[in-house]
Amino acid sequence: MRVKHHPILGEDKRKENVTIVVDGKKIKAIEGEPIAAALMAAGIRVFRKTPKKNQPRGVFCAIGRCTDCVMTVNGIPNVRTCVTLVEDGMVIETQKGLGKWRESR
Amino acid sequence: MKKTQVAIIGAGPAGLAAAIEVARAGGEVTLLDENHKPGGQLFKQIHKFFGSREHRAGTRGFRIGEKLLEDTEKLGVKVLLDSPVYSIFKDFVIGYISDGREKAIQAERIILATGASENALAFPGCTLPGVMGAGAAQTMINVHRVLPGKKIIMVGSGNVGLIVSYQLLQAGADVIALIEAAAEIGGYGVHASKIRRAGVPIYTSYTIQEVIGKNSVEGAVIVGLDEKWKPIKGTEKLIEADTVCIAVGLSPLAELAWLAGCEFAFVPSLGGHVPKHDRNMETTIKGLYAAGDLTGIEEASSAMEEGRLAGIACAESLGLYSKEEARDLKEKVWARLNTLRTGPFGKKRRDAKDKLIEMMEGGADIG
Repeated sequence: MRVKHHPILGEDKRKENVTIVVDGKKIKAIEGEPIAAALMAAGIRVFRKTPKKNQPRGVFCAIGRCTDCVMTVNGIPNVRTCVTLVEDGMVIETQKGLGKWRESR
Repeated sequence: MKKTQVAIIGAGPAGLAAAIEVARAGGEVTLLDENHKPGGQLFKQIHKFFGSREHRAGTRGFRIGEKLLEDTEKLGVKVLLDSPVYSIFKDFVIGYISDGREKAIQAERIILATGASENALAFPGCTLPGVMGAGAAQTMINVHRVLPGKKIIMVGSGNVGLIVSYQLLQAGADVIALIEAAAEIGGYGVHASKIRRAGVPIYTSYTIQEVIGKNSVEGAVIVGLDEKWKPIKGTEKLIEADTVCIAVGLSPLAELAWLAGCEFAFVPSLGGHVPKHDRNMETTIKGLYAAGDLTGIEEASSAMEEGRLAGIACAESLGLYSKEEARDLKEKVWARLNTLRTGPFGKKRRDAKDKLIEMMEGGADIG
């Protein structure tokens, strides 16, 4: 959910002006925001599954330190989504385990 | 190889303040940061800062950040963004990554201002999506304008826990409980009163027993603690929530200082292992300075003052200031730092810092 109105920061005038593809589904995002923010705004919380026990993981630190939020982005695994900005047409996948490298474009 | 007079690593409050001081003295500065934007964690701090007028008290954190950026720009500080530094080699050669490639820059002096990261807390369910750092939630709501959840439990009542609880309310979330393992609230009374007035229930002598949920947080069981911090049977409460924020302190991000070979001291009241430094913020390696949370967890105001100290001392060592000029400038900064380090919270840090500095002057090891 986006914070549109804020008593201190005011109105958020940015528009959802790009489209990203998350596990095959199109999602609107704001140019310049991190992938994790776009996913959180869309209500997505599970970013990857752990290699051994297949347990869900999501955002923990949001500043690029903990690597809990890594996903496969444009075929590249282990991308920190909290510090990687969205681009129009970006293909994002829930990462299984350590992920696989793949040529996507 | 690229060369610079002074390289500063980390463009948060300490690094920016240091850069401004060196540049103001006529030094040539390159500021490196791994993020897309400078400012570190200042831009998520939308509350008014404490302290006196010189500390710009009453000004909101992000406004202070804007002013620092304006000054660094005016003074011609070169800023390399998206440039994570991965090591410091012999002769102050700094290795960093930019555009996916390895690069290097050699400096005459280095100031480390790498900051800190949030501590985690271990309990069953602590890895479930929806359990996150309080600072992470703060980044999400105040910088990226996205709510991490609607019903939030805050764990920890230090200033971060209190301030972020209030800011979550401002962003439109419900903070349904604030829990604190100690018998008393950890942060400032004024912050606690604000969230109490907003109707947030505060549970002291309570901890989190487990977080439940299938794919993400659905609730948490909290439990009362006795005076020996042991859970009291029968006091368990199940609280429905979708997010659990952890505010149990920070740890210095000291990797680069370790890699550079700095001597360390273990000082729990400063957040753990910190590089030893003197009153000039110079570490045990000549020409290598450290400032901000890296040298002990404090507030942004103190980080900026430490950055200024490091910057002035660095400029002095390069001959940009005379000994007298530098002394006068440093004395002013120390006076401000000492006022920041007063009161029950500040006093502890001041004592710890004094001891750390004493160690550099040949005192006993407190680690």
